[in-house]
Amino acid sequence: MGEVNAGRDHAEFRREVREWLETNCPPEMRDGAAGESSICWGGTTWVFTCDEQKIWLDRCAARGFTVPTWPKAYGGAGLSRDEDKILKQEMQAIGARSPLDSFGIWMLGPALLKFGTEEQKLHYLPPIARGEIRWCQGYSEPGAGSDLAGVQTHAADQGETWLVNGQKIWTSYADRADWIFALLRTNRDAKKHLGISFVLMDMRSPGITTRPIQLISGASPFCETFFENVEVPKTQVVGTIDRGWDVAKYLLTHEREMISNGGNAMGSGRALGAVLTESETGQSDPVLRGDAMRAEVDSLAMAMTLERYKDQAEGGQGVGDASAMLKYMGTELNKTRLELIMATDGADALTWGDTPASSWLRTKANSIEGGTSEVMLSIISRRILNLPG
Amino acid sequence: MAKLIQTEEETLLSEAAHGFLSKSAPVSRLREMRDSGEHSDPALWQEMAAAGWAGVLVPEAAEGSDMGHAAAHVLAREMGRNLTVSPFLSTAVMAATLLRQFSDDSATSKLKQIAVGGLTYALALDETAKFSPDQVELTAQSRGNGYVLNGKKRFVVDGCDADRILVLAKSDAGLCLFDLANKAQGLTQNALKMIDSRDAADLIFDDVEVSGEALLGDPGAGFDVLKPALEAGQAALAAETTGLAEAAFSLTTDYLKERKQFGITIGSFQALQHRAAHLWCEIELTHSAVLNAGRILDETPDQATLAVSVAKARATDTAQKSVQEGVQMHGGIGMTDEFDMGFYMKRARVAAEWLGDYGYHAGLVAQLRGF
Repeated sequence: MGEVNAGRDHAEFRREVREWLETNCPPEMRDGAAGESSICWGGTTWVFTCDEQKIWLDRCAARGFTVPTWPKAYGGAGLSRDEDKILKQEMQAIGARSPLDSFGIWMLGPALLKFGTEEQKLHYLPPIARGEIRWCQGYSEPGAGSDLAGVQTHAADQGETWLVNGQKIWTSYADRADWIFALLRTNRDAKKHLGISFVLMDMRSPGITTRPIQLISGASPFCETFFENVEVPKTQVVGTIDRGWDVAKYLLTHEREMISNGGNAMGSGRALGAVLTESETGQSDPVLRGDAMRAEVDSLAMAMTLERYKDQAEGGQGVGDASAMLKYMGTELNKTRLELIMATDGADALTWGDTPASSWLRTKANSIEGGTSEVMLSIISRRILNLPG
Repeated sequence: MAKLIQTEEETLLSEAAHGFLSKSAPVSRLREMRDSGEHSDPALWQEMAAAGWAGVLVPEAAEGSDMGHAAAHVLAREMGRNLTVSPFLSTAVMAATLLRQFSDDSATSKLKQIAVGGLTYALALDETAKFSPDQVELTAQSRGNGYVLNGKKRFVVDGCDADRILVLAKSDAGLCLFDLANKAQGLTQNALKMIDSRDAADLIFDDVEVSGEALLGDPGAGFDVLKPALEAGQAALAAETTGLAEAAFSLTTDYLKERKQFGITIGSFQALQHRAAHLWCEIELTHSAVLNAGRILDETPDQATLAVSVAKARATDTAQKSVQEGVQMHGGIGMTDEFDMGFYMKRARVAAEWLGDYGYHAGLVAQLRGF
């Protein structure tokens, strides 16, 4: 894809960013996307892999570069999308690691920016930007699958507080999170989508327990989380009580976009072309090469689509239901990519350890988490194509 | 940096083109032409020229409208929706892009004529059944201050009716690009009866004498001169093909909403819903690739190869899927000549081959991505 031409107005900004990165990004943090182990998730229990990881996080946080497009008041740098692009390009150019990845940045942050009160924004956003508080998401419940509105976890009205009872599942990294944002049923008499609230809870509240679930990849990114008579102040509801579905829907759009970015947040970030060139098989197997070409063409078109949708969103037209397309195509492409990397590395990929196998196993969840591919296709056919229900 | 969304001007252009083409050059017009054996519509081209379309890539200094590649793609996409027949790609996109590289009187005068619809062009490139433009056997031998051309070109789109031909030939100095009259002595057009009912010909060059002025650019630099025009054409063809895919898709989803079987609207069957939804996703990705190619051709044309090949590969593939699903989901009626889907299918197949098929462009993408 042709590099985005920033134009003359942005030259100054690019120079500043380049200089800043040169001075502030430790050499140890310039090893490109070195896989899942290099991600910094932050939080009170976070153990930095090395001093430089902490230095890099702190410097970026001080400059607002962990959340470049958020307003300065909330810990961001207040960058425009063009400036943000330039920052990303310059970081990519030196192979700089992302200083901080978190559900707080990807999902809760955008939801708070849109639905939170000023008080909530000032209270919750800066610690997210500084990587001090790690968040997890409590959406799914046992038996509900992609039917997210099938929320049973109940919050009983006690006046100033809620009393929460129930269970969540697939709560990513709940065992390492400080806080959880969750959908709770606050009104059992209202229609399915209208009796849900979006609530923030401290994971250290009495009555919350969590248990990791081991996956086929050997990792345990997901947990079960149990709530037993947990008291939650009502000030921790985001948006209107009983209208949490609006917040959830908005946030899901971000989740789908995040997942569709593939390679960035999950799995091996190695480019297919590079993998193929480094291997004997990749050079000589015509079928593999052909499949890789197709995957490359599709991935480039996907990247262009993400750009286009961001441009659209910036121009005021929301992505809306089309985020289902991003999620569907992005995750399917990511699975194809890892399948091809496995085929290229052959027997070398089949052992546990520093092989693509764990990423490959992890991608199998891509088309299930955040709504299955089939749910995405149904969203598209009903809401975009208006096919009969 | 230009955004990957339509500007207000582009939206207005698209609406104007949509209104005009659905009235003056819809699929039924192609059917009429097919039935009467015509393969061009000069009156329509005059109207397009009057609207500034023929001059879409002609500089204002040569009296063109110079709207740029992204705008050309808006027009090509609408032509694709309607399967409109015109010399737009060969003349307004490729020949104009090629000639505007030169600022001499001859090029300027030709560009002026293109802009008013007074001159049409065809590009004579292929010599084998597959596109491979730099593999040239047609010879250009120096004679006096000119050349003599001998050889054969295949699948020259607009090759029967174009006023002039741009031809790539092999000389002692390397590849040379010539601009000559299609009526030149020794040049024969063998019309091809194409499945998409459009104008294409095999051209036989038998001692065709051209003057030194017919040579565009330096001897040996033929491919360099050709390349920007080729990429402009490939991207515009991708835009046309995407319009085609969208139109075939919309015929299909309309049908899914109205056709009943077993007492139920077939669009309520999940098996068909998911196939339709997948196809929509494919079209979205392809549309992005075309928008991106247009922006890059307008902003940094010397870096456009990757963007153009992604667009052409994707558009080729998406259009094939769209017409195949279109026929399948329509059932028996999809196979009848009476129904328009067949026209979409035939044009999609020809457009898939013209200026490089999926494999050609995916190969370029892989090469540019380092494998």
